[in-house]
Amino acid sequence: MNTEKKELAVAALRSGTVIDHIPAAVLFEVAKLLQLENSTCMLTIGNNLPSKTQGLKGIIKVADTTFPEAVMNRIALLAPEANVNVIENYEVVEKRRVELPDTLINVVRCHNPKCITNNEPMSTRFVVIERNPVKIRCSYCGQVH
Amino acid sequence: MEHKSLVSIDSLSKEEILRILRAAQYFEQNPNQKILDGKIVATLFFEPSTRTRLSFETAVQRLGGRVIGFSDPAATSTSKGETLKDTIKMVSNYADLIVMRHYLEGAAQYATEVTDIPIVNAGDGANQHPSQTLLDLYSLYKTQGTLENLTITMVGDLKYGRTVHSLLMAMRHFNPTFRFVACEELRMPEVYRRFCEKNNIPFTEHTDFNQAVIDTSDIIYMTRVQRERFSDIMEYEKVKDLYTLRNSMLETSRPNLRILHPLPRVNEINRDVDDNPKAYYFQQAGNGLFARQAIICRALGIELPVK
Repeated sequence: MNTEKKELAVAALRSGTVIDHIPAAVLFEVAKLLQLENSTCMLTIGNNLPSKTQGLKGIIKVADTTFPEAVMNRIALLAPEANVNVIENYEVVEKRRVELPDTLINVVRCHNPKCITNNEPMSTRFVVIERNPVKIRCSYCGQVH
Repeated sequence: MEHKSLVSIDSLSKEEILRILRAAQYFEQNPNQKILDGKIVATLFFEPSTRTRLSFETAVQRLGGRVIGFSDPAATSTSKGETLKDTIKMVSNYADLIVMRHYLEGAAQYATEVTDIPIVNAGDGANQHPSQTLLDLYSLYKTQGTLENLTITMVGDLKYGRTVHSLLMAMRHFNPTFRFVACEELRMPEVYRRFCEKNNIPFTEHTDFNQAVIDTSDIIYMTRVQRERFSDIMEYEKVKDLYTLRNSMLETSRPNLRILHPLPRVNEINRDVDDNPKAYYFQQAGNGLFARQAIICRALGIELPVK
């Protein structure tokens, strides 16, 4: 019964993007990564919803918006199990898992204050060295985050 | 003509390392040649390092090349706020090769991405200093006749010592055994211990620089224990003399043992070791010239009569 209601809630979006299966603990970080605080679109953010696989999960619905794949994949850094559903006319037209790319360009900053990327106007670049848990290495100073 | 930057020791394969060492050996036998005739090498030292700069500049000049550059960034546009990218692009118009030292980590890698001329990293902060590692490897190769199956004891500051970390990583190709001798505060970091485990490199850790460790080593690589590395100054006072090598400690050591040190040395090697034929640190520094001649020729794609 509950499941039906939840599915109905997702489908109720006429068009836009639904990001589901976000661990509750990182929901607001994901929202920040998507810069939703600046969005003027209709937004629904749910958190601490029960999940069979995750304990508690979060969900974000953004009306009339689709995000580039690269932006979606950045979410994988925080929420590797998140699902992205693209909705058009109340129908799910695309459903996929976020995917952490092998290389992250300009996604995160290096923590090392002596890294060249924090001292020169340039892009950051990280290589993913482990996926579970996620470990990335700065291509410049070599620090592992 | 293929040219190759040298940013990090990790980027070199076993075969490339050995090729550079053979080239260094060739230059040791023939240090003065005109093979860089007409070439200009820029040495850009964004932080001072007299020893490394002189070694690179001597390497170029003994091969007939010419040197431009600076050793004091205060006198350059960097002090006016010029970006590294702009400096590198500007110098690339004048030189065939840039040898650079920078206080920021990753600076050399970034330089390779903004220019078409080769870059040789002469040290980028605490990150990489591949020419030091290659001269260390050449010193091992020269004194032991091989790089294979050596027992190497590293002593002193194993936590912050860039040279010991790079040497450890480069030796992964050559089946070494390591002994790490350090106090708890300056212990070899976990990332390098894990690196050894992953690469099946046997190692033992010691807080005591004892006779048994010395007597079973082929190489003792000493490093300086610096006061500023300690959060507790009492701790420094306690350990500062524990990792000092004295001549009397070498009496029963292996005949092939050699003592290495990246220099400058302070108290960690007693002066009475200097006259022992097993002391090799001054020759080690001298090997830097040949290793750097080899590195420069590789960077410029100059063919040498060695395999």
